[in-house]
Amino acid sequence: MSSRTVSRRALIVGAAQLGIAGGLGWRLQSMQVEQADQFRLLAEENRINIRLLPPARGLIFDRNGIPLAENEQNYRVVMVREEAGDVDEVLNRLTQIVDLDPDVIARAKEEMYRRSPFVPVIIADRLAWEDVAAINVNAPALSGITAEVGLSRHYPYGGDVGHVVGYVGPVSDYDLSRIDDKDPLLQIPKFQIGKTGVENKMEAMLRGSAGTKRIEVNALGRVMRELDRKEGEPGKDIQLGLDERLQSYAQARMDGESAGAVVIDLETGDLRAIASAPSFDPNMFVRGISVKDWTDLNENKYRPLAAKAIQGTYPPGSTFKMVTALAALEAGVIGPEETVYCPGYTNVSGTRFHCWKRAGHGNINFHESLKQSCDCYYYEVSQRVGIDKIAEMARLLGLGVRHDLPLSAVAEGLAPDRAWKQDVRGESWRIGDTVNASIGQGYVLASPMQLAVMTARLSTGRMVTPRLIKSIDGVEQPSGIGDPLPINENWLRRTRQSMDAVVNHTRGTAHRSAIVADGMAMAGKTGTSQVRRITAEERARGVTRNEDLPWERRDHALFVSYAPVENPKFAISVVVEHGGGGSTAAAPIARDILLQALYDGPPPLEAYPSVDRARIADQQKRIEERIATVHQGSAPA
Amino acid sequence: MSYLSNNAQYVPTGFRKLIYLNWPIIALIFAVSAAGFVMLYSVAGGSATPWMEPQVKRFALGMVLMIGVGMVPIWFWRNMAGLAYGFSIMLLLAVEFFGTVGMGAQRWIDLGFMRLQPSELTKITLVMFLAAYYDWLPTHKTSHPLWVALPVGLILFPTALVLGQPDLGTALLLLLGGATVMFIAGVHWAYFATVFGAGVATIFAVFQSRGTDWQLLKDYQFRRIDTFLDPSNDPLGAGYHITQAKIALGSGGMTGRGFMQGTQSSLDFLPEKHTDFIFTTLAEEFGFIGAVGLLGLYMLIILFCLASAMTNKDRFAALLTMGIAMSFFLFFAVNMAMVTGMAPVVGVPLPLVSYGGSAMLVLLVAFGLVQSAHVHKPR
Repeated sequence: MSSRTVSRRALIVGAAQLGIAGGLGWRLQSMQVEQADQFRLLAEENRINIRLLPPARGLIFDRNGIPLAENEQNYRVVMVREEAGDVDEVLNRLTQIVDLDPDVIARAKEEMYRRSPFVPVIIADRLAWEDVAAINVNAPALSGITAEVGLSRHYPYGGDVGHVVGYVGPVSDYDLSRIDDKDPLLQIPKFQIGKTGVENKMEAMLRGSAGTKRIEVNALGRVMRELDRKEGEPGKDIQLGLDERLQSYAQARMDGESAGAVVIDLETGDLRAIASAPSFDPNMFVRGISVKDWTDLNENKYRPLAAKAIQGTYPPGSTFKMVTALAALEAGVIGPEETVYCPGYTNVSGTRFHCWKRAGHGNINFHESLKQSCDCYYYEVSQRVGIDKIAEMARLLGLGVRHDLPLSAVAEGLAPDRAWKQDVRGESWRIGDTVNASIGQGYVLASPMQLAVMTARLSTGRMVTPRLIKSIDGVEQPSGIGDPLPINENWLRRTRQSMDAVVNHTRGTAHRSAIVADGMAMAGKTGTSQVRRITAEERARGVTRNEDLPWERRDHALFVSYAPVENPKFAISVVVEHGGGGSTAAAPIARDILLQALYDGPPPLEAYPSVDRARIADQQKRIEERIATVHQGSAPA
Repeated sequence: MSYLSNNAQYVPTGFRKLIYLNWPIIALIFAVSAAGFVMLYSVAGGSATPWMEPQVKRFALGMVLMIGVGMVPIWFWRNMAGLAYGFSIMLLLAVEFFGTVGMGAQRWIDLGFMRLQPSELTKITLVMFLAAYYDWLPTHKTSHPLWVALPVGLILFPTALVLGQPDLGTALLLLLGGATVMFIAGVHWAYFATVFGAGVATIFAVFQSRGTDWQLLKDYQFRRIDTFLDPSNDPLGAGYHITQAKIALGSGGMTGRGFMQGTQSSLDFLPEKHTDFIFTTLAEEFGFIGAVGLLGLYMLIILFCLASAMTNKDRFAALLTMGIAMSFFLFFAVNMAMVTGMAPVVGVPLPLVSYGGSAMLVLLVAFGLVQSAHVHKPR
């Protein structure tokens, strides 16, 4: 009986075991046969990771091939929180190997805990090779930490081109919310994109496209091997029409002023120099600007961050007189030789408008009015022609229109007319507004860029469009020299003759800044624009001299010019904020920069009037020294 | 009942016993262990070290022990059963006080040349002692409450000790192994029904106890249960092992990726790939055919044990063989259920295949007992 019981119960147990084994077999079948594809897919995902290969950013050169923005190799330490285990311990060990600022470590740690645990976070940048070697040697003790080679942007000429080239910085959440860009590169933490200037506006060209590599990883995320790699498209190289040496010179020449200057090449429309002083070193932003530097930049009353040449707008003052005169001549409301009487003031509907010369110019024609910058002449002709024709002429010459340039905050300026005042201010145009506008005051606003374009168009008689990008990846961009202007060539010629006289005639307002070298003479027009109203009492008392005023209430000094007179090659505009008179503050700067452009380097002293030579020699030395210091300051770290 | 009462007509002696060994089982053990060597070679990335070589050595030692134990008359082992049980209880108590803490659990005694896991040993000695007990107990007393209570106590005492280590997997195996012997010995159905009911109630109580101060399981044990119930809850945390194991196993497909081609295991996605999870590597590299093949080999071992037990008129020998077979069965069934996601991860190795010294040796010694039962079968 007992043995039968054993047998029966043993059979039951055996049957139960067989049943369970059958269940296991069935389970294996369902997983390995029925759902095999599904699991195979999961396994592939487990195994293969796709990593982006950031492309090398396109370089930016000047017209002579001098690099303005380049990619510099640097070493950095990257940490993945997930792989590190004990983050504090690993960071502690890292600081024993590499000398790192505790603040940097703290910031990196914060960043790491803010992001997903598997996202690599850059702990420190720009390490020395010895540090990298030390990290690699100690790799086993530094789990989750890797030393990488990366490219970072460097601007060898620093502040000289900061406003034009701009700078790159890590893509921010704000950037991502603002731009509709599906580029996966932007998802890379701290991916560098252009923030301002050409870097920003030409981002699409410069960035290139991401490559990918497929890597096999283990459960820890450690890379076992690379399966394949598809190289990305590096960014396109961009050559600017800018002349770095001229740009550096212009920056140095304006050092100490708050000023802007633009030089246009009259053969191509190239912007040879776009200088704004003071400037800033864009490398500071790439490295991460310190709070102190940032405060300094923002609290400087000369506003180093503002690209005055492009985004600054100023009442153009007397430099606007060519516009008023040409509008009147074109309209036929005055003949070129017809005179207007200047008693030193003009009464317009009960308001007295003064000429800068209290004694008056007497009977004065177009040529003399421009040469001597008589205001009354323009008060008179502007009333005859009307503001709308003046505004039309201004726009034709490039004022009050935004030039399409790949730069940040290109100013539109303002060429006011009746419609504008009605639309924007809701007031009707008054005759006094016209009189004010006739001498470039009142509502009229122009940037140095626009004034340079105006001068370029006047001097060539053609529709000159400023060109910043000379070529992209070696492909030459269309020239900026367009069709002849729809203005009677006769009036243009007379205008040029008058501008010639402004500089080269003994009674011209800018005569002291003449160029004496053969075939290099320049023509131009001075401008002094008020930033304050001169009241009747003040006028009765005698107008306060500029030098006695606080800086920010002094007049702006302007000068537009071109050279050589006979065969114009360059047009220039210079605006010195609160610099005083155009002839004293702006014209000498314009002359120096023009000469530098005409001689493609430092000009011979013989180009200057003999009285100035000793002073100019000194000045040239000073500027050369300054250029050298600036360039040294932004040398690769 | 004594061995002599079986009225043996012929018992082999001396080296003649070798002929009467259960050779099919030996061949099957060889086959299964060889599969283990191959897998250990594979998970080491194609290297005999660090796992395959020591495993082969221990296997060789284990085979010698098995045959040695098999040659010793079964009645000797029956007489030793009480001593063996007492010895293993003492060892269990010893780990409680002097054991080395490994993997968060107190399980091992360091003997210098190897680390002995007394709970492994207990699985066999418990079965042995219970078989001896029912051999000694007159059959009509089998279902008497008093005589049922005694073996229940014999089972629960070591189970409680093991549970306290804590080692839930082994505790379950002890419980089930012991219960199987009682069942086969002929204890009344009603007891099992009662215990089953009580078990269900206990499970209910265990879940109810969670978070209270009389909590019956450790937090990690609760978490393992949670994870088992829904691995997707926490795919990179506690559910990671199960998820990864299932991926590896499932991706093997019908024929597998091929020897040494298992990406999941060679890339370290698998946890404990040379011990508890070795079956996933096998299933990944050799596919459904390989996995079911191994399961088949295991079941053949069970069937040969069953056949041996059912033809053995010696009650001790039959109960011992069935008990050991059941322990062996529970071993691989729980492991496979665990890696296929059918049971919680309880830390039970795959017998004869997983890397591990004491488990291998203890199992081979157990099969030595099966051999002894077979050789000394009353004929």
